[in-house]
Amino acid sequence: MQLTVWTYEGPPHVGAMRIAAAMEGVHYVLHAPQGDTYADLLFTMIERRASRPPVTYTTFQARDLGTDTAELFKTSARDAYARFEPEALLVGASCTAELIQDDPGGLALALDLPVPVVPLELPAYQKKENWGAAETLYQLVRALAGPTIPRFAPPPGETQRAVRGARPRCNLLGPTSLGFRHRDDVQEVRRLLEAIGVEVAVTAPLGARPADLARLGEADFNVVLYPEIAGLAAQWLQRSFRQPYTKTVPIGVGATRDFLREVATLAGLDPEAAVRAGESRLPWYSRSVDSTYLTGKRVFVFGDATHAIAAARVATEELGFQLVGLGTYSREQARDVREVAKRHGLDALIADDYLEVEDAIARAHPELVLGTQMERHVAKRLGIPCAVISAPVHVQDFPARYSPQMGFEGANVLFDTWVHPLMMGLEEHLLGMFREDFEFHDSAAPSHLGHGARVAVEAPRHDAAIAHAPAPAATVAWEPEAELELRKIPFFVRAKARRNTESYAVAQGIASISVGTLYDAKAHFGR
Amino acid sequence: MNAVPDCAVTADRATAPTAPTAPTARTERGQREVFCGLTGIVWLHRKIQDAFFLVVGSRTCAHLIQSAAGVMIFAEPRFATAILDERDLAGLADANAELDRAVARLLERRPDIRLLFLVGSCPSEVIKLDLARAATRLSVIHSPTVRVRHYSGSGIETTFTQGEDACLASLVPSLPVEDTDAASLLVVGALPDVVEDQFDRVLAAMGIGPVRFLPPRRSTELPPVGPNTRFLLAQPFLADTARALAARGARHLPATFPFGAEGTTEWLRAAAREWRVSPERFEAVTAPARARATRALARYRAQLEGKRVFFMPDSQLEVPLARVLSRELGMELVEVGTPFLHRQHLAAELERLPPGTAIVEGQDVERQLDRVRAARPDVTVCGLGLANPLEAEGLTTKWSIELVFTPIHGYEQAGDLAELFARPLVRRVRLAV
Repeated sequence: MQLTVWTYEGPPHVGAMRIAAAMEGVHYVLHAPQGDTYADLLFTMIERRASRPPVTYTTFQARDLGTDTAELFKTSARDAYARFEPEALLVGASCTAELIQDDPGGLALALDLPVPVVPLELPAYQKKENWGAAETLYQLVRALAGPTIPRFAPPPGETQRAVRGARPRCNLLGPTSLGFRHRDDVQEVRRLLEAIGVEVAVTAPLGARPADLARLGEADFNVVLYPEIAGLAAQWLQRSFRQPYTKTVPIGVGATRDFLREVATLAGLDPEAAVRAGESRLPWYSRSVDSTYLTGKRVFVFGDATHAIAAARVATEELGFQLVGLGTYSREQARDVREVAKRHGLDALIADDYLEVEDAIARAHPELVLGTQMERHVAKRLGIPCAVISAPVHVQDFPARYSPQMGFEGANVLFDTWVHPLMMGLEEHLLGMFREDFEFHDSAAPSHLGHGARVAVEAPRHDAAIAHAPAPAATVAWEPEAELELRKIPFFVRAKARRNTESYAVAQGIASISVGTLYDAKAHFGR
Repeated sequence: MNAVPDCAVTADRATAPTAPTAPTARTERGQREVFCGLTGIVWLHRKIQDAFFLVVGSRTCAHLIQSAAGVMIFAEPRFATAILDERDLAGLADANAELDRAVARLLERRPDIRLLFLVGSCPSEVIKLDLARAATRLSVIHSPTVRVRHYSGSGIETTFTQGEDACLASLVPSLPVEDTDAASLLVVGALPDVVEDQFDRVLAAMGIGPVRFLPPRRSTELPPVGPNTRFLLAQPFLADTARALAARGARHLPATFPFGAEGTTEWLRAAAREWRVSPERFEAVTAPARARATRALARYRAQLEGKRVFFMPDSQLEVPLARVLSRELGMELVEVGTPFLHRQHLAAELERLPPGTAIVEGQDVERQLDRVRAARPDVTVCGLGLANPLEAEGLTTKWSIELVFTPIHGYEQAGDLAELFARPLVRRVRLAV
């Protein structure tokens, strides 16, 4: 039993819904009690979807438990088929229906419907949303991707390519409904691929029909956009159709270049020509002098594994930040995140308890948080600027404008979204210059952060959430003059100066901080 | 099944002949597009400020509550989910020991909590986890600082607002005994503080009192109850709570529900009659607010009169709201869907609906949507899962959940209630894109 306040992921059947809702011509019959239909609003409200997700729920109630819930399931499946006429039917159970063991798969197969029926076994008490999405895509691909090829025959892509001509072909795998910027990532990556002469055969699940899945084997290789979701299916396609798949996720300039090289190699194209196919403004913006203030900014990164790993690279290599924390809620990909964290001298935080994450953020004293909507709220409470990099999604994560995370345009978006919450370089410089001005008081936070955004910077909450964090050097006292001197330091670095001075004092065995101690500490730590 | 109203109409009763002028009610069965009772936690935890709601359930339950709450994390909320896992189900872990551990951890983090609700869910009901015993056991462990109660908000037993009914009903046995001989008035149903204060003032001006509210703002202020207690229901979905109060000797004052000028007046009049308030005094006290409400409604009547409204079933507020829209705003009722029709509590409402109003209890969402598309009403009141898809089909909608979260009771909010229905229509007229 796990005590949970907010969850990063929904149950696995919500992952299945994300696949069904992303596709055309698929319907999902879900054995579930009344109330589980709440999941529809994720799609209609958060994503502003203009149609209901293609899901029929049995919505059984207590009175049905005494009678025949299996019959109810069969009726629902039959009615759903008659009404929606899907080209393929997914069937499964939510957490409660799993307990009553009606076997939706067996019941649906017994209906003898004239379309493929794909039963889903999604253990709700062990697994979560992303796993459910991955498993659903895998089961659909297995069921619909056609007969696998004999081991020694040439891959179908190769044969067809010989017939067709030179254009190499790939599939784009992983984008779903309710994915973090999946809609725009697909457009951006498609553009990248076309620019280097690679044709996209099938994009799945987003926008694909069951018949499209049957054509997956025709491509030369697969591009895996989101390993959490498409990894399992890509591995099966590699085993069955000998289609290799990409391992690089093109988020950030460096990763996009690496991705293009990887794709070019798989497609038999010139890798360096491929890299020259696109440009981002990020490298120059990052080198322009206004950005020097970004140097060494302490950044805490948390999200799904794909976005967290990518953010760690962009933050450090492309913006010059210092990584002070890295974590994920994707336990399935924990190993990859741990490896990246180790390279930065950190221990990865693998947690799906947002209070644990809040605790870690408070302890790391970052100047910027790159996280999910949960971390956005945590950062708001702690008065730290934040940008959202990963699901779980919020209505704000579906902007009206084109806003990919991937590719060269995605890198431009990252620069803007991560840098804007911070003080601009020139602003920071001016604040330093005008700090004696009476109008520059502590509460004069930058207007774009909203009123009172910095309230908690100096006095982190000592409430339950962080009470068990190691107590700051409470035994060290500040002499009044030192306290006054500290106030002359611009507020955006004051918390850090206080912390550094206190830890210096503790290390030196100084019980009372004087003005001298303050400047000794400054000399000790440098900027 | 404790939370299902005992007089919920079943199929056979629905076909029973009705009086020629009475609205026709029929039941429908199929997919229900409604929240479960856990959703009530979203407003109940704001109301009872020292209470904590611990759902014993699955990841789905936790996901539902945060989705219904709009994924807005303003503060650490006073609710959480103890998520059952494989080990609990397989009996590898003693679920009760696990629950005790989770509760201990929770109370350690939140020393301000005085009342803890263990809230049952679909999975906890299906595996028959005995939360009653758990609550008793935990009450002993954490006594006297924390009292532990339990109720079920499961979808197999409760629909949306029935969660509040189950919660309040679970409090009734622990209400103190009223030991005076004087009559007292209990207003039952969670209301925004500002609305409570308004009712309090009006009732006091008529000399009615003492007036108490259930749920109270703090669990340490539980209202006493006894044979001298009279109670008014502020919400139409409190069947179990009303029955539990009656079992404690309290007497229900039947009335319309306090929505709109008429409903509020009749609701107040029920108490006034009981307290033998003179008609002159009643008139003197209520007239100014009633006039304000009528004025406020008149502005929207111009926009809403003759417009056709369709209610999808959601909160059980549908029948009283349909009455306001029909009688005070001149709207035409195409269909009034409701998850349950409590004929006894709604008697005064039903008799005020136009003859032949189509009332549908229960739901088959697909067939109901067919009827919406065929009728093309001017406003469709529906849940969040249906609103955008209907808007995309060119139909104007009103989110029903807003009717639960927004103060709409009483005279001073009558205009706000009307505005909620007028706004989507006004918006559609304004937009030129």
